[in-house]
Amino acid sequence: MEKQLRTDFKKIIDSSNFSDKEIITKEKYLNKFIQNGFPGKKNEDWKFLDLNQAIKSNIENLDYFNENLPNEVDPKIYVDGLEHNKIVFINGRIEKIDLKYEESDKFEIKDQFDSESLLNNVNSLVDLNSALTNKYYKIQVKEHYTVKKPVIIYSLTTSKISSKNINIRLDFDLETNSALKIIDYSIDKSENNFVNIVYNFNLEKDAILKNYKLDKEENNNIKYSYNNINLDTNSVAENFILSLGSSFIKNEINCNLNGKYSSAFVNGIFNLDNNKNHEIRTSINHLNENTKSYQLIKSVLGENTKSAYQGKIFVKSNAQKTDGYQLSKAILLSDNAEFNAKPELEIYADDVKCSHGSASGSLNQESIFYIMSRGLNYKEAKELLINGFLLDVVEKITDNEIKNLIKNIMGLKE
Amino acid sequence: MRDKQVQDLKEYKYGFSTDIDTIKAPKGLNEDVIKFISNIKKEPKWLLEWRLKAYNRLKVLKEPDWQKPKYPKIDYQDLYYYSAPKSFKEKPKSLDELDPKLLETYEKLGIPLQEQKRLNGIAVDAVFDSVSVATTFKDTLTKQGIIFCSISEAIQKHPELVKKYLGSVIPITDHYFATLNSAVFTDGSFVYVPPGVKCPMELSTYFRINASDTGQFERTLIIADKGSYVSYLEGCTAPMRDENQLHAANVELVALDDAEIKYSTVQNWYPGDKDGKGGIYNFVTKRGLCQGKNSKISWTQVETGSAITWKYPSCILKGDNSIGEFYSIAITNNHQKADTGTKMIHIGKNTKSKIISKGISAGYSDMTYRGLVDISKNAQNSSNYTQCDSLLMGNKCGAHTVPYIKNKNSDSNIAHEATTSKISEDQLHYCQQRGLNSEDAVGLIVNGFCKEVLQQLPMEFAVEAQKLVGISLEGSVG
Repeated sequence: MEKQLRTDFKKIIDSSNFSDKEIITKEKYLNKFIQNGFPGKKNEDWKFLDLNQAIKSNIENLDYFNENLPNEVDPKIYVDGLEHNKIVFINGRIEKIDLKYEESDKFEIKDQFDSESLLNNVNSLVDLNSALTNKYYKIQVKEHYTVKKPVIIYSLTTSKISSKNINIRLDFDLETNSALKIIDYSIDKSENNFVNIVYNFNLEKDAILKNYKLDKEENNNIKYSYNNINLDTNSVAENFILSLGSSFIKNEINCNLNGKYSSAFVNGIFNLDNNKNHEIRTSINHLNENTKSYQLIKSVLGENTKSAYQGKIFVKSNAQKTDGYQLSKAILLSDNAEFNAKPELEIYADDVKCSHGSASGSLNQESIFYIMSRGLNYKEAKELLINGFLLDVVEKITDNEIKNLIKNIMGLKE
Repeated sequence: MRDKQVQDLKEYKYGFSTDIDTIKAPKGLNEDVIKFISNIKKEPKWLLEWRLKAYNRLKVLKEPDWQKPKYPKIDYQDLYYYSAPKSFKEKPKSLDELDPKLLETYEKLGIPLQEQKRLNGIAVDAVFDSVSVATTFKDTLTKQGIIFCSISEAIQKHPELVKKYLGSVIPITDHYFATLNSAVFTDGSFVYVPPGVKCPMELSTYFRINASDTGQFERTLIIADKGSYVSYLEGCTAPMRDENQLHAANVELVALDDAEIKYSTVQNWYPGDKDGKGGIYNFVTKRGLCQGKNSKISWTQVETGSAITWKYPSCILKGDNSIGEFYSIAITNNHQKADTGTKMIHIGKNTKSKIISKGISAGYSDMTYRGLVDISKNAQNSSNYTQCDSLLMGNKCGAHTVPYIKNKNSDSNIAHEATTSKISEDQLHYCQQRGLNSEDAVGLIVNGFCKEVLQQLPMEFAVEAQKLVGISLEGSVG
């Protein structure tokens, strides 16, 4: 693997125009990745989902170099019924940026190299991403500007590619009192690739981020998404993850509540069938006083599926008056389904209110009986209960337009 | 007057050491030492082979390092693996032959071994460093066919039972400390309750580490045959020493059809001084196997001592309809650290488990609840309920909760709840308004917080444990 990585790394460097300093930094990331490799079961964070194994058994000869030939953007892919700004990635290459609803001096996208901000992380996939991405884009929302329409980031793969490692990196700066809504929307026509997405958000004072991730299309790629969010005083980050389509996906969200009165929300849904293997891992770090976090994750698990939720709340000793809450629930519909949870609390301050709960089991037979006694058949009763179970999470979404979009995608009824 | 009492209580009152001649195995861990231990205990050949097998495996094992409390590397070659009072070369036949100094030690600990003095009807097996010194109430128990003796004696007198069950729950292929224990275990208690017998009294073991530089590696094996019931309690203390001493015990419980074992621990090893110097490393492996149908194993623990407590009393619910329970209070103060919890492995159908864990940390201490609930594919209609609450006193300490929840059966339910909080000002104010001073108020609130667990203890020990809870937190408020 090392040889392949080094040759592919060289190809990437040769085909891009990085400065010497940038190349040195990238090499540092590469060496770190080579040292640690793909995480496997032995790594506590990957205990429930063995990426190393998944890559080995699904992808032959993973290729890290991507020629990045331009592709046509087919307007048919765009989401209907919602006015939005567009950023389109095809096979890891940015093909279209359309921010027509915004004032161009208030909302910018720049091609800019981020130096070493993530070098101290302990996540080898972030290292891989930082070493191999050939472009960085930084999206900047200027102070006191509210982005008018949501930005949908389309991430497409075409049937042309296979056994490739695709790395996407975006940075977001939300300046004082700004607001941004983004939707991650992936459409995959390819198979057996490893997609590795890293977003880094910086929220300044009073900024509001709404971050929605929709993984809805059936595909056989292996995906990893890592979002790091730094929050300053009184800023808010709302995250929602819809985990449906991919055969193997892990979403990771790391929130650092650095400023007083900042808050973070993570809500997620797994609705799985057919051998799917999904995970959400969150770590919410309460680093200052009066910070708040709320997490709700629900799973519905069909035949041969596996979902895992690892949620950690960390409270530093000076983060008094922290309010942290976390709840995960799962319904197992099949005897071959598996739900794993590791809700973790690590607390060093005493004046806090932190709790977590986790429950898993089958559909309540009494509820089914109740509904059936009112004239619905078994299938309808089951669907109605699951509908209500998941609707609970979708209702947490604060943006009405997007909430309706997601309800439509999932076919949820009110 | 009260101040003086408090002062006395604050001190670790079991901190004295007994000056007694001992026989020790040569320092270090090697085959010869294992042979020495086996030889001095006149063990049969199969057991020596078993020990050596464990030792060979130990050589390739790595010490685990995933736990929260980190500790300096233990030099396993710098320990004595066997230490016994000299007068024990031949085990005394009765208490009259026992070294008076030993009797005195146990008097001081509040455990009078002389049977006539015992009125509350608890049979005691006392373990001093590496050997069991006395077992009381033997006659009454023998009449009912109950075997309660030291494991060394059981190896001699009931080899067929020991051979059948030793290592059946914690095999020699287990983790590092369990395997270490299998190689060098010295003594411990053995209990066998025959079919249909309800043990008429509480059985109790009292562990005492006395000699310095020794590790204590006791092994306890409890077998409850069909339809029997036994309640067992262990207590532990050690002298105050500046060094850290290792205690790596193995406890195996086997419950056959319809049997029930209740195992309670009041652990009060020396926790080290105020600055965290000295104290016991309590790295214990406790595991119960509900082998038969309708069997039940219940663990209750009150953990107040030790510099580091690292243990997960577990239940393997193999028999259909079996029940596992875990009730725990863990208190850490000053620089103590604890990483404790339980594992409930559901294998049989209709198995149920319940976990109630209460953690209290004060001072500079650090407490972790770590637990596993694993419902396997064939464990239809099983259920688990877990509640773990933590209480923090001050912002120099930590309280952590790390549950692992695995559900592979769609007919089974798992519910888990955890909270972390501090004693509310309102509660304190309410108590103080009614005339309690702040320490008494805290004591009262903490006792209320722990009530669910304290209720599970046998009556005599509940009172003691309640006091211990108060003492352990003395000086941590205000």
